[in-house]
Amino acid sequence: MIQNLPIFIVIIPLVTVFLIPLVGLWKRDYCFYISALSITLLFSISVFLLNLSINVIHYHIGGWEPPWGIEYVVDPLSAFMILLITFITLLVILYSKKSVSKELPNSIVEFYTVFMLLITGLLGIVITGDIFNMYVFLEIASLSAYALIAVGGKRDALLASFNYLIIGSIAACFILLGIGFLYMVTGSLNMADLSVILPKAYASYPRVVLTAIIFFIVGLSIKIALFPLHTWLPNAYTHAPSVVSAELAALMTKVGAYVMIRILSIFGISLLGDVPIADILSWVAAVAIIIGSINAIAQTDIKRMLAYSSVSQIGYIVLGIGLANQTGLTGGILHILNHAFMKGCLFLAVGAIIYKTGIRNINEFQGLGRKMPYTMLAFSIAALSMIGIPPLCGFFSKWYLALGSVESGKWIFALVILLSSLLNAGYFLRVLEKAWFGKSIHEEVDEAPGSMLIPTLILAIGCILLGIFVTIPVSFINSILSISKLGWT
Amino acid sequence: MLMELMLRYNYWISVVLMLIGFYTMISKKNFIKKIIGMNIFQTAIFLLYISMADIEGRSAPIIISETGYVNPLPHVLILTAIVVSVSTTAVALSLIMKIYKEYGSIEEDKILEVHS
Amino acid sequence: MDIISIKPLLAVSVSLVSSMLILVFRRHKNIRESWTILASFIKFLIVASMIPAILRGDAIVYTVISILPEIPFKFRVDAFGLFFGLLASFLWILTSFYSIGYMRSLKEHSQTRYFACFAVALSATMGIAFAANLLTLFVFYEILTISVYPLVIHKETPEARSAGIKYLVYTLSGGVVLLFAIIISYSFAGTLTFSDHGFLAGCASREILQMLFILFIIGFGVKSAIMPLHSWLPTAMIAPTPVSALLHAVAVVKAGVFGVVRVIYFVFGVDLVSELGLGIPLAYFVSFTIILASMFALVQDNLKRRLAYSTISQLSYIILGASLLTPHGLIGGILHIAHHAFMKITLFFCAGAIYVVTRKENISEMNGIGRRMPITMLMFFIAVLGMCGFPPVCGFISKWYLLLGSVEADQLPIVVILLTSSLLNVAYFFPIVFVAFFKKPEKEPESKEAPIFILLPLTLTAIISLILGIWPDAPYSFFQIANIVFQNVTGGVI
Repeated sequence: MIQNLPIFIVIIPLVTVFLIPLVGLWKRDYCFYISALSITLLFSISVFLLNLSINVIHYHIGGWEPPWGIEYVVDPLSAFMILLITFITLLVILYSKKSVSKELPNSIVEFYTVFMLLITGLLGIVITGDIFNMYVFLEIASLSAYALIAVGGKRDALLASFNYLIIGSIAACFILLGIGFLYMVTGSLNMADLSVILPKAYASYPRVVLTAIIFFIVGLSIKIALFPLHTWLPNAYTHAPSVVSAELAALMTKVGAYVMIRILSIFGISLLGDVPIADILSWVAAVAIIIGSINAIAQTDIKRMLAYSSVSQIGYIVLGIGLANQTGLTGGILHILNHAFMKGCLFLAVGAIIYKTGIRNINEFQGLGRKMPYTMLAFSIAALSMIGIPPLCGFFSKWYLALGSVESGKWIFALVILLSSLLNAGYFLRVLEKAWFGKSIHEEVDEAPGSMLIPTLILAIGCILLGIFVTIPVSFINSILSISKLGWT
Repeated sequence: MLMELMLRYNYWISVVLMLIGFYTMISKKNFIKKIIGMNIFQTAIFLLYISMADIEGRSAPIIISETGYVNPLPHVLILTAIVVSVSTTAVALSLIMKIYKEYGSIEEDKILEVHS
Repeated sequence: MDIISIKPLLAVSVSLVSSMLILVFRRHKNIRESWTILASFIKFLIVASMIPAILRGDAIVYTVISILPEIPFKFRVDAFGLFFGLLASFLWILTSFYSIGYMRSLKEHSQTRYFACFAVALSATMGIAFAANLLTLFVFYEILTISVYPLVIHKETPEARSAGIKYLVYTLSGGVVLLFAIIISYSFAGTLTFSDHGFLAGCASREILQMLFILFIIGFGVKSAIMPLHSWLPTAMIAPTPVSALLHAVAVVKAGVFGVVRVIYFVFGVDLVSELGLGIPLAYFVSFTIILASMFALVQDNLKRRLAYSTISQLSYIILGASLLTPHGLIGGILHIAHHAFMKITLFFCAGAIYVVTRKENISEMNGIGRRMPITMLMFFIAVLGMCGFPPVCGFISKWYLLLGSVEADQLPIVVILLTSSLLNVAYFFPIVFVAFFKKPEKEPESKEAPIFILLPLTLTAIISLILGIWPDAPYSFFQIANIVFQNVTGGVI
């Protein structure tokens, strides 16, 4: 039974995708319940998997041995990502009931169908051990994302989605090219296999392998919106429905970062020793951190501000990857966890505000703290965590990243991280100050409904707990680093 | 040296097609043309894969032959990739239809005018 | 010897719990206020109960949770920490009474937010005082910054809000520099635990250690109002007077100088600092602040702003004493933390009393106020005597020790600076007293003193300033504790 769990992770949401339209034609409201049920099931499995993943689980699809068959691998890093995805999605689904019925009243069935397809894609990416399979699932997730942004048919959303589609397809094609080149020189598509074969392949065909890694890095950078390939993200996150913004912001780019970690570990230290890919990544990430924050300060639409903030935060994660030492990588992976919680909470809170008041402009946030205290409380906790106030969780990812920078001798990155904390304070405190200390100009507004408030608050409490009990995630990340053989450090 | 380069004509064709497709995607203002470019780009990649699968003197795996068979794996991969490409085109086309309904045009500059 | 006891955690959490209770009881004013009073008394009693152990030479530890590898979130109450904790918790009792009187007389808005944030700020101050390592201290340092912000912008006027933003910009930037310094220290030393002889010796090259020292001073220097990082403090005087009184005369700025002294003695250590040659330059650097701030004070008409510049000047006395690296200098600096607190808080309390009764803020409008409010101005006068260094008020003692310390360190220019500064103190304080008692007011209003809740605290602080001056080495007094600090750090007796 345990051996079969990996396939269930993908099968359950896939079956749900087909179930929802059938049920939805009959009774629309049931879509929500089916999705919620399926995610809850997934969440329980993922908790179970977390403990089991210490002994890495291998599942061979169709009984075919790798490298001829596709293999699903659950190692600590995958289990970590699965748990993160299912937990955040569970909260977002619970949140979505009211939000979707207000924002997308005519598209409820379509929404849930494509949403579950997105989940299938995301879960498939993190669980698969075959590189082409990863490409397929990446495309499944991306296509669902394009559709989700455009669901509801708002003008700006359609354009943003199309733009994202064009740019995302270019990225996917680059990744496909990378896979092709790798296959050409190694003959294998299995990730574990590749990491063994690649050193020899690199020795024989250095330029091919180099081309492959460049295509991968560029393609993935587009997918995770690493500056300067981030231009699709602000429009996509701003104009998407609230639930979609929250889900994409919290998860889509993180899964992309996961893919980058896996790809870099496939290539391993033999290649990366010669080519300064990690260095380049860390410098680009540093620029991303600063430019993202500066752009965020200039925004007046709150969702756009959060979108640019995401660009900056992706920079943190990639910096952690690029620092190529244990501490830096710990910081990067920890930030995957922390940022999912913080950004998810922020977008959910903003979604609740838009649900109740329709306000998106920061200048109109005056006095909201009095009318919607719990929502703004969740927002404030997440915002303070993004700024890096201890003992909230954001402080600790910055600590590890800065420590990693100092340890590798590149002090400038520590300065960049700390400087960006100040920039984050610049744009978040502006919102907080307006909301809590201004005279209220909203008269008939009251607190957000419970089904939207509780997931937001759970995420906010998560920010606090992940900060105080940071040793728990960190010790798990340490086991990830030792077991998962992320061998480019 | 030149001989070597000429022997690898399959890669050249593929690269040229890729660049045509890529350029179309970026520079053309008409959305349909962008999608056409995307398709060309993706097809060129498929050609690259398939051409790498070919082994001289061998036949397709569906005809019994003594000399052996070409590598079937890339063919299988490309089947999957074609499916992905078709789905992407489908999503893109439906988006274009909705954009046309909203904006009345599918030229990028006209839309940006209407937008602002 | 380290004794394990949950008291430090209790002292920190008492006011956290009370802040939540304040929020819960926000509609019932009297119950809400009683939580503040109750919490302040309990906190003080807990802290005071740790005095005997400290005077014996022990320290009290409590590890809360391990946060980062090798850095636990831990409290260790040593003599210096107890000194600061005792000071802050005692003054909170008095400030709470004063706050109640002040806020009610002026019928201020948002009192729940005020009292709740105050309680959290005091929690953070206790946390800073009792922190066993730089990380715990940093966590509470930032919590202090955030919890004081709503207090600074309490009035919610555009002026108050921009003062709040300036405060945040300065303090958060200082916090960032401090974090940078902490991370570098951890990466070189592998630990952040305060030790009586410092823990950074031999961990890095001379240049790196010197740069690290400067970073630490900048990081803590914002809250210590060292020039040129000081300008948030006069702007923050827009806050209500009890806020200015406790937080800017005792908690926030004293947390800054507390941090500086911790860095000099417990992170770097006396030997390392003198070997790096950074002690005396720092002393001269803050001498600029001492003189310049006094000169700024001369030209301020707003009473609270004049007091603010006086605070800036006096804070640098403390840093001066610590950076001289001599026995008398250290004890003088540490004692001045307490003595200045009592005297300055008296002065601020009086300023607030004047505002409550007459709504006047500027000295030029305070003619003859001594006749209207004799008790208030008498206490003011006592505190002024102490600030200028006249016996028998306590200010004389700390300044005397500082003078002795600079002689011990062979720095005669500093003696001159100290004496000049005292003259400047006279120059900007005595005119206030003169105006209050000897100038005729425009009309003769009836004499009306401040309400009792306001009057009593300020009388108490003034009298205590007097007692501390007359009988400094009373048992369990600040002087005794300061002595223990000195012993810990150097192993000698004064």
